[in-house]
Amino acid sequence: MITKTTTLLATAVLAAGALAGCGAGTPSAGSTTTAAASTSASTPALSGTLTVFAAASLKATFTELAKEFEAQHPGTKIQLSFAGSSDLVTQITAGAPADVFASADTKNMAKLADASLLDGAAVNFASNRLTIAVPPSNPANIAGLSDLARDGVKVVVCAPQVPCGAAAVTAEKAAGVSITPVSEESSVTDVLGKVVSGEADAGLVYVTDVKGAAGKVTGIPFDAADKAVTTYPIATVAASKNKELAAAFTALVSGDAGRKVLSDAGFGAP
Amino acid sequence: MTFTFEATVAARGFDVSLALAPGQTVAVLGANGAGKSTLLAAIAGLLRPEAGSSQLGGTVLFDAAAGTWVPPHLRGTVLLAQEPRLFPHLSVLDNVAFGPLAAGASRRHARETARHWLAEVEASALAGRRPGELSGGQAQRVAIARALAANPELLLLDEPLSALDVHAAALLRRLLTRVLAGRRAIIVTHSVLDALMLSDAVVVLDGGRVAEAGPTREVLARPRSRFAAGLAGLNLLHGTLGPDGLSTAGGQLVAGRFEGADGVPAGPGAAVFPPSSVSVFLAAPHGSPRNTFAGVVTELEPHGDQIRVRAGDLSAFITPAAAADLALAPGVEVFLVVKAAEVAIFPV
Amino acid sequence: MRALAHRSRPAAYTAVPAWIVVPAAIGAAFILLPLLAMALRVDWPRFGALVTSESSLAALGLSLRTSAASTVLCILLGVPLALVLARGRFAGQRLLRALVLLPLVLPPVVGGIALLYTFGRQGLLGQVLTVAGIQIAFSTTAVVLAQTFVALPFLVLSLEGTLRTAGTSYEAVAATLGARPSTVLRRVTIPLVLPGLASGAVLAFARSLGEFGATLTFAGSLQGTTRTLPLEIYLQRETDPDAAVALSLVLVAVAVIVVASTYRRPPGETAAPREPAPEGARP
Repeated sequence: MITKTTTLLATAVLAAGALAGCGAGTPSAGSTTTAAASTSASTPALSGTLTVFAAASLKATFTELAKEFEAQHPGTKIQLSFAGSSDLVTQITAGAPADVFASADTKNMAKLADASLLDGAAVNFASNRLTIAVPPSNPANIAGLSDLARDGVKVVVCAPQVPCGAAAVTAEKAAGVSITPVSEESSVTDVLGKVVSGEADAGLVYVTDVKGAAGKVTGIPFDAADKAVTTYPIATVAASKNKELAAAFTALVSGDAGRKVLSDAGFGAP
Repeated sequence: MTFTFEATVAARGFDVSLALAPGQTVAVLGANGAGKSTLLAAIAGLLRPEAGSSQLGGTVLFDAAAGTWVPPHLRGTVLLAQEPRLFPHLSVLDNVAFGPLAAGASRRHARETARHWLAEVEASALAGRRPGELSGGQAQRVAIARALAANPELLLLDEPLSALDVHAAALLRRLLTRVLAGRRAIIVTHSVLDALMLSDAVVVLDGGRVAEAGPTREVLARPRSRFAAGLAGLNLLHGTLGPDGLSTAGGQLVAGRFEGADGVPAGPGAAVFPPSSVSVFLAAPHGSPRNTFAGVVTELEPHGDQIRVRAGDLSAFITPAAAADLALAPGVEVFLVVKAAEVAIFPV
Repeated sequence: MRALAHRSRPAAYTAVPAWIVVPAAIGAAFILLPLLAMALRVDWPRFGALVTSESSLAALGLSLRTSAASTVLCILLGVPLALVLARGRFAGQRLLRALVLLPLVLPPVVGGIALLYTFGRQGLLGQVLTVAGIQIAFSTTAVVLAQTFVALPFLVLSLEGTLRTAGTSYEAVAATLGARPSTVLRRVTIPLVLPGLASGAVLAFARSLGEFGATLTFAGSLQGTTRTLPLEIYLQRETDPDAAVALSLVLVAVAVIVVASTYRRPPGETAAPREPAPEGARP
């Protein structure tokens, strides 16, 4: 019941925020011969507000990329909304005014494609792989994936229903290891949180999460992670009112500038 | 084996001392806020005086100087209040059995005791009922049985009849007369009738202090304090005693029967006479031996089938017909007349 | 303005103006409409299968067990706390009441974090407990603790109000009749406030049943051990929204049954006509 309420409220707030953004952007979108157009003569004149729905794991990188985009195209504004990919799909399906959607897995993107809610095909722009996160002191002396199957080691993973959990199951199978977790969380953030707080001895998270945790956890890579690489696609939403701007942002993310920012954060090539 | 009590509660301006012989019932009289409830609460242990001490039958109830304090349940003092306060979740029988059970009796024995006391207050038929199914009089009857079943060394009654209608009160007053006989009790009351019928002695509280104390009949017949006099319905005048009677501060001589010790009356004294002996006139009458007081009617109020005429501090009972004949109304100048033989004069 | 009349009580006059009905109806609709909307979205042909799946039954069973346990814990800790707050007189009493009621206004996630730093492996008490061989995190005990943390104020608030309205006069009578304080508590105070205690316990149970944030943060999520019904709904939403909706409806139904039972007049209450109705004591 609570989750339901939270979602409903969140949707309402998001919708309100996005509407306000659109309202501010619409008038200038019609008049293209403004100061923004004259400053960069080489690129087509871009203006208006772009609402980007992105997977929670993209928070740091997309925030940086949005700033970069706004600097390159004065007069534009990127409104970012981060949440779990499936939450975002639910919101877009319910009519939330997103222009661009960046998912943490291809499955959720496929849901929008199947519902004909995308404008054109999605572009894969990054990949992420699992790693073992342990507290800096590594109390259970974890060295590899097989250590997670030891008795008495408290391991936290994502539930198989969510992308990071599905990847964990794939990796376990590939390595022939069977882990008995003490908890199966709904989001990778919750897995990381339990390792950071020291409650868990180890957790299976993304490489980017370890990098983002800035020393609060140590990452221990393992071979089978190669078998469970997740791919991040990005696409323009069919209902977008500013597809030109959406295309420009998507191009930035999947281009060289995006590549650099993403790889600095630990993302792999798509 | 007496009961002694003296205590100070500064916050309530309370400073009272009191003693009771075994088997004695004392009526505590006083206006609202005089300290009557504070007195009972301090004895029962529901309130802790900052100074003083109390003993009941050789055991100390509290002694502020020594730091002794016995909690209510170990005092042997049972409080019966204006409201019966029967436990609503227990049957009548279990309400009465509450005290014996708390004292450690077996359930069977406690119920036996309860049945005995219910019979004693003629409420055996109510044993199986819930308190919510009782009338006010029945509930107070059961509350009396419950108090007595706890076998108190000292029974404290706080206006036990004041919440009842006249008929129920009369029945319960008779019952109390019977069960309080030979039992040590303190009864707080507003009613002279209660005091006369139930108590051996009277204590009048005024402003948290004892204004007057003594045997019931004596105090009510010759009240020294205005409250006791008003309560008894008597007129009370203070003044200086002399050979011819009492001289009031207003310079009036009041003649009457002297009820003091032998010798020439002198010093401070009081004159008391009942309102029923007072006649009301519009003009000063002549003839002796009579006392005449000039005054202005301040109030007329019904009193039974008579009218109480108040003129200043004095009052008279007259018939409604007489009141109509005289065209009495507040503001009318009158003369109140009382025969000297009806006036009791005594030293205070 | 015309006043509202109640059909079953024709003589009673209420000073409530008639136009109040309009905002009142909107208020009721605001709560009921979303529940109705959810019920309309239920995939009825699959409903039975969805709510009787292994994971659903495990979650429902766990929720009922942990909520019952936390309600018992709430009674054991909440009754003494309510008594101290209602009857005690000590410095800092008002402050203590305000602090004890904090979980009512705190986001449950904050409660979860606080519990983590108390009972977690690195926590204030958790370190001692770990040495003693007791591990609370990721256990069903952790779920019960999280639920108790958020539900306790409901019971304390409800019972304290009832205690205050009941007053101390019956307790004083019982004491002068020779009953020790423990006897007074057992035979007089508790029976007198039983309706308030019952409604407080029901509220605590309902709150426990709906607990989500503190459990997620503090206890984790594992089928049959820590994944209660709200957590199951949250997870099911990821893959099978139909199952999430069906389970939500089950949770609503259980909550409705539990809360409705509070408003049924307890049978003992007619015996105490002078006692204030427990409704008056509720926050």
